[in-house]
Amino acid sequence: MINGTVVDLSRVQFAATALYHFLFVPLTLGLSFLLAAMETVYVTTGKPIYKQMAQFWGKLFMINFALGVATGLTMEFQFGTNWSFYSSFVGDIFGAPLAIEGLMAFFMESTFVGLMVFGWERLSKGQHLAATWLVAFGSNLSALWILVANGFMQDPVGATFDPFTMRMQLTSFQKLIFSPDVQSKFVHTSIAGYVTAAVFVTGVSAFYLLRKRHVPLAKRSLRMAALFGVLATIGVITLGDALGFVAARVQPTKLAAMEGLWKAQAAPMPFNLIAFPSQTEQKNDGVVQVPDLLSLLVTHSLDRTVLGVDALERQARRRIEQGIPAVQALRVLARDPTNAAALAKFTAHRRDLGYGFLLQRYAPDLSQATPAQVRAAARDTIPPVAAVFWSFRVMVGLGLLMLAFFVLAALYSLHNTVQNKRWFLKVAVWMIPVPFLANECGWLVAELGRQPWTVFDVLPTWMSASTHSVAYMVFSLIGFLGLYSIFIVIELYLLVRAIRLGPAEPGGAGEGRTVPAAAHGGKAEG
Amino acid sequence: MGLYATLQVIWWLLLGVLLMALAVMVGMDMGVGAILRYVGRTDLERRVALNIIGPHWDGNQVWFVLGGGAIFAAFPLLYATAFSGFYVVMLLLLWTMILRPLGFEYRSQIERPAWRNTWDWVLFVSGAVPMIVFGAAFGNLLRGVPFHFEWDMTSFYTGSFLGLLNPFALLTGVLALSLAAMMGALMVMNGAEGALFQRARGVVQVTAGVAIALFAVGGLWVHAMPGYRLIGGPGPGVPQTPLQQSVVTVPGAWLTNFGAYPLLWLAPLVGFGGMIGAWLAARADRSHLGWWLGALAWSGVIATAGAALFPFMLPSSTDPSMSLTVWNASSSKDTLLWMAGFAAVFVPLILWYTSWAFWVMRGKVSAEKIARGDEHAY
Repeated sequence: MINGTVVDLSRVQFAATALYHFLFVPLTLGLSFLLAAMETVYVTTGKPIYKQMAQFWGKLFMINFALGVATGLTMEFQFGTNWSFYSSFVGDIFGAPLAIEGLMAFFMESTFVGLMVFGWERLSKGQHLAATWLVAFGSNLSALWILVANGFMQDPVGATFDPFTMRMQLTSFQKLIFSPDVQSKFVHTSIAGYVTAAVFVTGVSAFYLLRKRHVPLAKRSLRMAALFGVLATIGVITLGDALGFVAARVQPTKLAAMEGLWKAQAAPMPFNLIAFPSQTEQKNDGVVQVPDLLSLLVTHSLDRTVLGVDALERQARRRIEQGIPAVQALRVLARDPTNAAALAKFTAHRRDLGYGFLLQRYAPDLSQATPAQVRAAARDTIPPVAAVFWSFRVMVGLGLLMLAFFVLAALYSLHNTVQNKRWFLKVAVWMIPVPFLANECGWLVAELGRQPWTVFDVLPTWMSASTHSVAYMVFSLIGFLGLYSIFIVIELYLLVRAIRLGPAEPGGAGEGRTVPAAAHGGKAEG
Repeated sequence: MGLYATLQVIWWLLLGVLLMALAVMVGMDMGVGAILRYVGRTDLERRVALNIIGPHWDGNQVWFVLGGGAIFAAFPLLYATAFSGFYVVMLLLLWTMILRPLGFEYRSQIERPAWRNTWDWVLFVSGAVPMIVFGAAFGNLLRGVPFHFEWDMTSFYTGSFLGLLNPFALLTGVLALSLAAMMGALMVMNGAEGALFQRARGVVQVTAGVAIALFAVGGLWVHAMPGYRLIGGPGPGVPQTPLQQSVVTVPGAWLTNFGAYPLLWLAPLVGFGGMIGAWLAARADRSHLGWWLGALAWSGVIATAGAALFPFMLPSSTDPSMSLTVWNASSSKDTLLWMAGFAAVFVPLILWYTSWAFWVMRGKVSAEKIARGDEHAY
């Protein structure tokens, strides 16, 4: 039996490393397209300032990219090192998109990023532009395949459990990649990356406009980013709405947690704008509601409803009872794969196997399971409501804030007055952390809201972890936290330094690395 | 042989090819990191060495990512059991490997000697440690690893961290490091001139000599070591778990395949031939030829290990019958088929654009340009 502390520590480690990795990835996704757009303008118009822009933002891109790549390496192996049961249980399906990501996307991105950085003089203009676009396509294709893998955890379609190999097996590759969750989540997540990059470029450009440095470059960068940002923010919000609609159907427990919906409500359901959910008492305190809005948001109608926690727990109890014979039959099949009676019993109950596993946490011997244990397991099917509820609200709030911000940025920029609005430029600099925070909240909604499952309805988190000792987990957690803390300090230092140094002014000696005399007197590194 | 069994063998071969590519391409970059402080005595020389692999290390590293992904997709039980069992060693590998991108990207951002020296040491550690771990993993596969499964395939590793650092594994670890350093030095010779070229030339000769000696000693060691033999089970192409087979350990059993198929002796011969050839080519200043012979040497060494182990992937020393084989650790037929389709399209494409990238960036790296402050150089 797996030690609960080990599972908790494994979860903390996974969340910490994934959230950390997800600080860098969205910026890569978006900035790569902005780089490609800038260079396209350079190649089509021949104006050198756009080359200067592509090279300057490209330098910041690489500082961020290095850490994205580094922390991605640990993610790919962490399923094996820390979630070995999960890996063998769903590797037949989950491993494929990860391998395809390497074959189709990450290889292309990484090979051409080398040419993008080192190839300015070796490649023709057209070849270099192609390399930059391939980096952008590569990084976004990468996100697609990672989200196909993640989509399987959220809505495990295209697979079934095979009692002879004791794991999930692929039944339909098409279903796997065209699952509705994957489709909306890919677009939602990659466009969130475009928003991130747009805020970043707008913010840094605003910094230069405030200091009246590199004004032509900053104004052009800001305009491109602002227009990109308006479109992208609208896209994120639209697809976020689509994702909520999908969740209502495939992950009703996540939706109930997002909305703090303890009990079923009559249609049209009101929306909890503010509430303080209590998991133990299953109720909300300090509620501020908007009438009718919830039905509109999650069912796109005024006459439909979704289930509350109370009804979902009742459903879970029934499925747990049906899951008991599934697990019992599976144990027989493990010893004797030819047992026809056990196979028939298993086949009849296979769809509730995961719920049987869920109960094993409380009743290792399922034949002795008590109603109290069944109730406890059913309670587990509800994710941590307050955390999901608030992560969701912070994410949405920040998304709406960014939409307003970009609308203003685009208007001021198109009227060519943005350089005079010092209050707005200051706001723009302070906006830089906002998309990063929104992205992290999005991850929390998606993955905390999936609990208590690693694969929704199929495999409970408590079974999924590797059988390490607590000491090993403490050791690795301290190692990751220590290393990653050092990394973020170095990265932020280098980013801020590169921003302060600013882009290379044409004609300056040692293009790109010249320090303004005021900065610290003299030439920086070559 | 049915379709499923054929796919299992194809994926075992493909995995071998991926590991060879990983060893050659990632090993080369790690080798440059490991010898950086020796071959480059001045900051400029070190920057030349780094810029030789600068445009390529990022792409090369994906062979490592792809290796991991392919094991996960094609042999999930191996991915799950090996990487969790080797936990502390894997952490050592990952923690040193993630320092490498930062070493490349961040080293030359700031001119202070202390900053650059620190990153030089980081590149040394992040080159040497992962290659030793990579080699030691093969050593441990041949020795067997202590693990077993419960009824539902929960795996338990019962050995210690130090058990993975046994003398034989250390030997294979140092063998891998020598080959990596050799390839790194050959790549430096390809792109450098003058003192840097001469020192790299010396490194090739020393590391090739060490590799030849270690490969020979390792081979003799394996003769005497207990190997694993599959004596019964559901067999190839049948869906199964590792709870349904019988395995025994027999001294010298790792030579069984070589006895049955004498053609397999070509693998160690290619290994030795490649190492000797690389050594001679470096002496003759023919580093490009030497690099290809070095790649052949790696392929021979990995093929030798694979030929000895087949069909075993991860033998269990505590419960040999629970050993992982190609037959019980692979994915389902559908997954292997889909993945084979993707590999058939994308591996040739990858080879094509990788070759193009090397061709575009071919030639010597100019020290003057870097000294002048060429904006894009490391």
